Amino acid sequence: MPLPDPEALLARLVEAMRPDVAPSCVLVGIHSGGVWVARRLHAALGMEAALGTLDANFYRDDFGRRGLKPSVQPTELPFEVADADVVLVDDVLFTGRTIRAALNVLFDYGRPRRVRLAALVDRGGRELPMAADWIGGRVEVPDDRMVVVEQDAAGRLALSLTERDGVA
Amino acid sequence: MSPNPQLNPRGELRHLLSIEGLPREVLLHILDTARSFLSVTEREIKKVPLLRGKSVFNLFFEPSTRTRTTFEIAAKRLSADVINLNVATSSQTKGETLLDTVDNLAAMHADMFVVRHATSGAPYLIARHVSPEIHVINAGDGRHAHPTQALLDVFTVRHYKGGFEHLKVAIVGDVLHSRVARSEIHALTSLGVPEVRVVAPRTLVPPHVEKMGVRVCHDPAEGLQGVDVVMMLRLQNERMRGALLPSAREFFRHYGLTPERLALAAPDAIVMHPGPMNRGVEIDSAVADGPQSVILPQVTFGIAVRMAVMAILAGSAP
Repeated sequence: MPLPDPEALLARLVEAMRPDVAPSCVLVGIHSGGVWVARRLHAALGMEAALGTLDANFYRDDFGRRGLKPSVQPTELPFEVADADVVLVDDVLFTGRTIRAALNVLFDYGRPRRVRLAALVDRGGRELPMAADWIGGRVEVPDDRMVVVEQDAAGRLALSLTERDGVA
Repeated sequence: MSPNPQLNPRGELRHLLSIEGLPREVLLHILDTARSFLSVTEREIKKVPLLRGKSVFNLFFEPSTRTRTTFEIAAKRLSADVINLNVATSSQTKGETLLDTVDNLAAMHADMFVVRHATSGAPYLIARHVSPEIHVINAGDGRHAHPTQALLDVFTVRHYKGGFEHLKVAIVGDVLHSRVARSEIHALTSLGVPEVRVVAPRTLVPPHVEKMGVRVCHDPAEGLQGVDVVMMLRLQNERMRGALLPSAREFFRHYGLTPERLALAAPDAIVMHPGPMNRGVEIDSAVADGPQSVILPQVTFGIAVRMAVMAILAGSAP
């Protein structure tokens, strides 16, 4: 099955979110792909607060098996998290483990009033009770493959499949 | 056995014993990771769960306040359990050997040892002795190495200067007795600092130090001219043997960092010191407390750097 065009998925995601996401909400992208998606959503939805970025690697449940990834990025949440109406943004929703870790990061900054989730792609395969509030679209891929989102120099997104190396 | 006991067969860091012999990528990985931990230390809940359920033993065979405390804070911010052992006052005085002490602590399920010892090489001995899933960090051994101090120093340099490739750095003071200086030189040259100067009287420069890729200056006016970073060293009173120096006052007169001497450096030069400072011996209070001093930020960065080292070690395979 060919993968969908991520730019079309992004346009669908923007339209799905527009009625529900007030400009006073805060967007938080999960490194790295989620930040790229969040940056585009932030502009398209005319959000008021600066974009937040979050790295969930210090909270992952597979640290004991896999160690620390070499590419950990600083978490920057340039707004008060306490009582905020937060929209977490990720590129690919899969097992739900990254979202679990991201929620823990968020709560160590404060107690948000509400947290919702937007994902560009839902590929199924959940291992935790997590669901997105909005998605750009669904794809069906074999269990042993990873859906990878990449961004080119011009900011355009691309989807590809790679071998799954135990990352989830 | 892999050629470098600090690295596992995949080239990942499993012990931190010395900067010498570590690839540049490993140093940069530690510095990048520390940058992320800095954001953890600035927020409401200054804790992440990476080392939850792990036990870190601070094994200090030599007195230290700052280093031991920052290791303790770093481990606690990673959610580890921390046990501080001031061994100078315990079993060692009753005659237990170093490795017996270590075996006993390993039997208490230690996951990591942070070791300071007056004898060069003691942390290597421990690293070779313990089972492969235990990690060892050198927190200063004899005159040999103090790798986390050097890492926090280069982290500080990168923070204020943006990089390493265009810098002139002067290391000033008692280089002969300084494990900090040795580790700093290895870190700065590995990271690509093109000019590292060692500024000290003849009696306080180790022989053949030029082979480490530094320029030796006995005249501070020459050594400080135009540098971007001044790294002061503590005059190691407690390590002085014999008549290397006439007096501390004499040292200050010729080598102490005064505002007049600092004016020879670049106008935006930063001043660093590993602590504890001897005010009026190696550094003037006007400089230590002045606008170019980054001595207190060094302490703050030291926590993030030690968190990074512990997290990377704990996540590496045997």
